[in-house]
Amino acid sequence: MAEEHKEIDQLTGTATTGHEWDGIHELNTPLPRWWLWTFYACIVWAIGYWVVYPAWPLLTNATQGTFGWHARSAVVTDLDELKALRGPMMDKLAATPVAQIVNDPQLVEFARAQGRVAFADNCAPCHGAGGGGGRGYPNLNDDDWLWGGKIAEIEQTIRHGARSGDDKGHQGNMPAFGRDGILKADQISAVADYVRTLSGLPVENGADLALGKKVFADNCALCHGPEGKGNHELGAPNLTDQIWLYGPDKETIVQDIVNGRGGTMPAWQGRLSEPIIKSLVVYVYNFGGGEK
Amino acid sequence: MHVDSTLSLDQVAAGTPALTRLAAQAEVRSAPPPKDDGPLYAPRRKIYPQSVRGLFRRIKWAVLLATLGVYYLLPFVRWDRGPNAPAQAVLIDLPNSRFYFFFIEIWPQEVYYITGLLILASIVLFLMNAVAGRVWCGYLCPQTVWTDLFQAIERLTEGDRRDHLQRDGRKWTADTYARKALKHFLWLMVAWWTGGAWVLYFADAPTLVKHLATLQAPFIAYAFIGILTFTTYTLAGHMREQVCLYMCPWPRIQAALTDEYALNVTYRYDRGEPRCAVSKANELRARGEPAGDCTNCKQCVHVCPTGVDIRNGADLGCIQCGLCIDACDAMMTKLGRSTGLIGYDTDINIKRRMEGKPGFVKIMRLRTALYAAIIAIAGGIMIFTLATRESEGLSSIHDRNPMSVRLSNGAVRNAYTIRIVNKQLRTRDFILAFNGLPASLIDFVGVPPREDGQLLIDVGPDTTREVRVLVTDYGDTPPASTPIVFRLTDVATGEQAEARDHFFGP
Repeated sequence: MAEEHKEIDQLTGTATTGHEWDGIHELNTPLPRWWLWTFYACIVWAIGYWVVYPAWPLLTNATQGTFGWHARSAVVTDLDELKALRGPMMDKLAATPVAQIVNDPQLVEFARAQGRVAFADNCAPCHGAGGGGGRGYPNLNDDDWLWGGKIAEIEQTIRHGARSGDDKGHQGNMPAFGRDGILKADQISAVADYVRTLSGLPVENGADLALGKKVFADNCALCHGPEGKGNHELGAPNLTDQIWLYGPDKETIVQDIVNGRGGTMPAWQGRLSEPIIKSLVVYVYNFGGGEK
Repeated sequence: MHVDSTLSLDQVAAGTPALTRLAAQAEVRSAPPPKDDGPLYAPRRKIYPQSVRGLFRRIKWAVLLATLGVYYLLPFVRWDRGPNAPAQAVLIDLPNSRFYFFFIEIWPQEVYYITGLLILASIVLFLMNAVAGRVWCGYLCPQTVWTDLFQAIERLTEGDRRDHLQRDGRKWTADTYARKALKHFLWLMVAWWTGGAWVLYFADAPTLVKHLATLQAPFIAYAFIGILTFTTYTLAGHMREQVCLYMCPWPRIQAALTDEYALNVTYRYDRGEPRCAVSKANELRARGEPAGDCTNCKQCVHVCPTGVDIRNGADLGCIQCGLCIDACDAMMTKLGRSTGLIGYDTDINIKRRMEGKPGFVKIMRLRTALYAAIIAIAGGIMIFTLATRESEGLSSIHDRNPMSVRLSNGAVRNAYTIRIVNKQLRTRDFILAFNGLPASLIDFVGVPPREDGQLLIDVGPDTTREVRVLVTDYGDTPPASTPIVFRLTDVATGEQAEARDHFFGP
């Protein structure tokens, strides 16, 4: 067979490979020898790679490699580097009171970036990805704050929570006026109608608003205030505005009064680090600018 | 490796006197057939290029001085930009994501200028190719320039072609080793300085030089110097023409882009063939028989840096540096014959001269006109956008969740994250305003408005600032979606930037 290969192309003077297609002959153009050596060098390099890095799968794990490199330890190293990189800003954040952080644009930008991640990890399950809230979970973007929307108040709520069991946490429940027999059905219906009128919502004809006003003054005004404006100390909502935590319809209001309400929020101090908590405070405050 | 395009088949058929080629073919045919398949891998033929003097050699020295001079010295050129920017004329500032080129500063989002430069570079390459062949390969390519420099060092230490060949062929003496050691040392020094100059483009050059010398520079700087020292030493010292023959894609692309009117370094076989010695030529001519001007002195082959015989016609390995023209012209001058046996020419002209017609050069063709037009348009667009680009910018991202918020008094509010760009090298005060909603209020989170209700914000030099902006609508029933426009105005100069967004109802 080798004999047949030795055919010389007339125009170029190059030997052919002996392959022919419809009279077209393939020229034999050999690769340069240095290319071959480069190829061998790559093989040697690959063998070195097997030795120094984890390579061969075994029954339960793999060969470990002499460098001791491991994907997990590499991640730890990367995280440590990141931590060192953020160190100075984190220290500054930890040392600065939140009231002053908001006056430092650089710190605010850092805290907001970090707060966004911390919020998604810890707060979004109840308050929503952008703090939009939901039924029973306050919207953090509006100007209505159960426990106060000044930056110090937001910090207090995040650190110690509401009805969280933390000594410094917000306390105070709305009693179950119906279930515990404090109010009768007609009183509850009347006060529910009266509460709707506080924010200008319409009520049914024949609603006994006089009775409702009396019941409100005797039972509700203690926490919600004589005008129904609410109380940040007790987490009693403002009943005169357009924002409803559970809903503005009469049926929901009756349920609120019969069974009481007392949503809880965990205390984050001790669970999250100091700079992360401050970042969250700044991030939440930045949603809607808190309360004026 | 050899591409045959000097002679088309019809020329061969017409019996044009390409005697060398025919002789070579006859030689090949009469050679005894090899015993086996032959080697799978070809050994490298070492090339000992001879020094040469002449016009093209002078051009190449000038280009070498200019390009290497720019490359090695440019990082040290200073350019005062004021206190808030580096004073280096050309600087790729990776940590701060900036590129400085004299009076131009490029931000990462303006990287399309680099795209524009690449487009320009490739079309200029095509144009050069359409006018005069592989001008890039012969004179400008870094591989060519550094190889030229390394070959000069080689001739300096080991002597010109003849000395070098003889010394390599003899038993190596201490002198041979000393010369080779000196050569490699000089090569490594040049390669090292090549790598060193590279890293100077990425940091303040004088400071970095000081730090490099005192071992205070970052590891990455030493690593890149090491890598580039190795590649320069290997590619320019050892690989040389192998890069052009086996690694570079341009010869392949170039062969597809060229046409029959492009000037190329060409052996004018109409004048050179049949080759014969001077005395024989005189004899033949005395008898009235044809005799070519080529004396087969092989000077053109000996000076060729890629080992090509130009007389075999266009070749993939020919970088068209013109050194064979210099060599042949020198020889022809010595013989008292006219120069130009090898020169920039076309195959069409050779054919025409053989038919007794005059040759011609056709630079203006559809191809060259199109390339020139593309260069003009692309360059024009780049210059225009560069001259008219704004030094301030505004972008807006609407909150996704929640899209809108109802406030305690019933008003509807939307929140936006707005980023203000200040490309000037000084702090600027901006007023942010917006329109699109009649009964509305705009508010920065944490930044009180001015007394006239306008929002004033300062942005530092050469930086951006992100602010959260709240837009509140006090109308009765805000529609589902209203287009709005944010407008940024420089308090001092009145320069403006706009960003479009939407206001969503509940």
